[in-house]
Amino acid sequence: MSAVVYVPRDSSAVSLGADAVAEAIRSEAASRKLDVKIVRNGSRGMFSHEPMVEVAASAGRIAYGPVAAGDVASLFDSNFLDGREHRLRLGVAGEIPWLKSQTRLTFARAGVTDPVSLDDFIAHGGYLGLRRAIELSADEVIAEVAKSGLRGRGGAGFPTGIKWKTALDAPAARKYVVCNADEGDSGTFSDRMIMEGDPFVLIEGITIAALAVGATQGYIYLRSEYPHARRALSEAIATGYSSGYLGANILGSGKSFELEIRLGAGAYVCGEETAMLESIEGRRGMVRVKPPVPALEGLFGKPTVINNVVSFATVPIIIERGAEFFRSLGAGNSRGTMPFQLAGNAKRPGLIEVAMGVRLREIVNDYGGGTASGKRVRAVQVGGPLGAYFTESMLDVALDFESVAACGAILGHGGIVVFDETVDMARMARYAMEFCALESCGKCTPCRIGSIRGAEVIDDIINRRRRRENLEVIRDLCDTMKFGSLCALGGLAPLPVLSALRYFPGDFGLTPRDVDFIGADLTISASGSGSTHAIAGR
Amino acid sequence: MIDEIVARLADKPGALMPVLHAVNERVGFIPPDAVPAIARALNLSRAEVHGVISFYRDFRIEPPGRKIIRVCRAESCQAMGAVALAAHIQARLEIDFGQTSGNGDFTLEPVYCLGNCACSPAIVVGDDLHGRVTPRRFDEILSKIGPDTRQPR
Repeated sequence: MSAVVYVPRDSSAVSLGADAVAEAIRSEAASRKLDVKIVRNGSRGMFSHEPMVEVAASAGRIAYGPVAAGDVASLFDSNFLDGREHRLRLGVAGEIPWLKSQTRLTFARAGVTDPVSLDDFIAHGGYLGLRRAIELSADEVIAEVAKSGLRGRGGAGFPTGIKWKTALDAPAARKYVVCNADEGDSGTFSDRMIMEGDPFVLIEGITIAALAVGATQGYIYLRSEYPHARRALSEAIATGYSSGYLGANILGSGKSFELEIRLGAGAYVCGEETAMLESIEGRRGMVRVKPPVPALEGLFGKPTVINNVVSFATVPIIIERGAEFFRSLGAGNSRGTMPFQLAGNAKRPGLIEVAMGVRLREIVNDYGGGTASGKRVRAVQVGGPLGAYFTESMLDVALDFESVAACGAILGHGGIVVFDETVDMARMARYAMEFCALESCGKCTPCRIGSIRGAEVIDDIINRRRRRENLEVIRDLCDTMKFGSLCALGGLAPLPVLSALRYFPGDFGLTPRDVDFIGADLTISASGSGSTHAIAGR
Repeated sequence: MIDEIVARLADKPGALMPVLHAVNERVGFIPPDAVPAIARALNLSRAEVHGVISFYRDFRIEPPGRKIIRVCRAESCQAMGAVALAAHIQARLEIDFGQTSGNGDFTLEPVYCLGNCACSPAIVVGDDLHGRVTPRRFDEILSKIGPDTRQPR
């Protein structure tokens, strides 16, 4: 019997040398005349220990890591194939506290199975959701998703069930399902890990949506920066077609569904759903004015369900185990689990899937172990490049849609980026505007021009040029961008800027009084610098 | 070659992006003289095709160097020293972002997130993603690319 060794094919693991480790294990086994089968699994997301090699031993899957190619000979010398002691031995993978304490639903198979093996997927509970969905009526499937409380994991948090119901009820000869896999937020990688580590679960979720709303064609809009995800997903889609899970008459249901990958081309704004539709249709990724919402008039003008990768990948377990099971987790109107992604200057970064409502401090300190540099945590950005910066003293916020919104911040796609005390928050604020300027589609003026002006004004403030006037300008500018932009890019770019100003005024050479026009909840109050500018609605 | 790509993909709904990707991948860039042929085949104006090419960062209109080096400049990588790393790489290659080295070896491009944020800072050299890259680690990667003609002067 051959020994089975798992070496991740996850691109982050590969970026740390996993391919070389797999090759070293292969050649070492060959030279020792040992029969070793290498499975290239996904990653479990514990990147402090990648490349993490696992061995199927009698005691379970024994993990070793981080393994370098140079460690391989000594692993063989220590009999790691039997799960024996070695300085890199981490114990049974599933029992490692960092992993065991998580609630892995969407990511139950990631890092466990061979991502491109349909047999492995099915052996680990795959396609049970689709099978149950086929037994139910479309209304029942959508009611189940609605009852689960699932809200979009891409960033907007819109209730998935309502979106599906809207598309179901829209009369049309042709409908589409589009999966938004344009994961562009810095500090996020959960979509990538699903596509690389468990692509079939995504295909299953998309197929459930398509059959429910009556869509016959689906597209996965995948960012070009993810070639590893493209390979795993392409392989899984091809297998889906050859095994009756995609194409005509899926599992004998009488329903057909075609699924194709479309590549993005390096434009962040195409993660905005209407810009994404424009891009798929072969145009510049310019945001569309809503309404009409895509569920009524989406791709090629037809009703279109658009969800993020994680949203789709969470549907199978909801259908399989029932809405109540999913609902029982979470906080307030944020039900279920969320795969948080801890990145930046964190000692133990990675994928942390836990119930919504977890404290930010728990993620940053308990899972993350503080900073990688060993210095003090100074700032934490939550929700990607358009998310607010938090100070160390604000880390007790609960991570659910409502609690984060109450701080004036956003949960976004669940990315959490840690900065140590060397960070210059004025520079980060400037970068937020610079990034917005770079990525703006140009359709609306507040975003296109406001972002460029924003970077200039921040420069002026930093360089002590006409400070009082420029603080008023940045105040009005952020207000205009927030309320006047067509989409979240211009609408949220003020968030990192205002939070940096509010909580780190010293980095701009300002005092807390200078920025008292920014409320504790990051809204702009009229009381601040004595402007006559009327700000309504707050 | 352009005609063959266009003929193969023209029937796809929204064929322009797949066509441009295919040309960009095969040729390395999108030659300006390919634009009229693409436009004609897809029943678009040349302006429409040009507009799409100019919108997306991936589509080049000039041949790149033999190796494309992409350096992530986004927040997570910044938190782990990406600004200093980018400065080191620019000095080492003696080029700025968007430029190709004089000998045609390297093109340096910025990228905004590679999804390798848990292993920041990240770069891509050719097809290979690298994580936790320090200036020293970059020099090692560079030295493995083949004869190094770029010794610091």
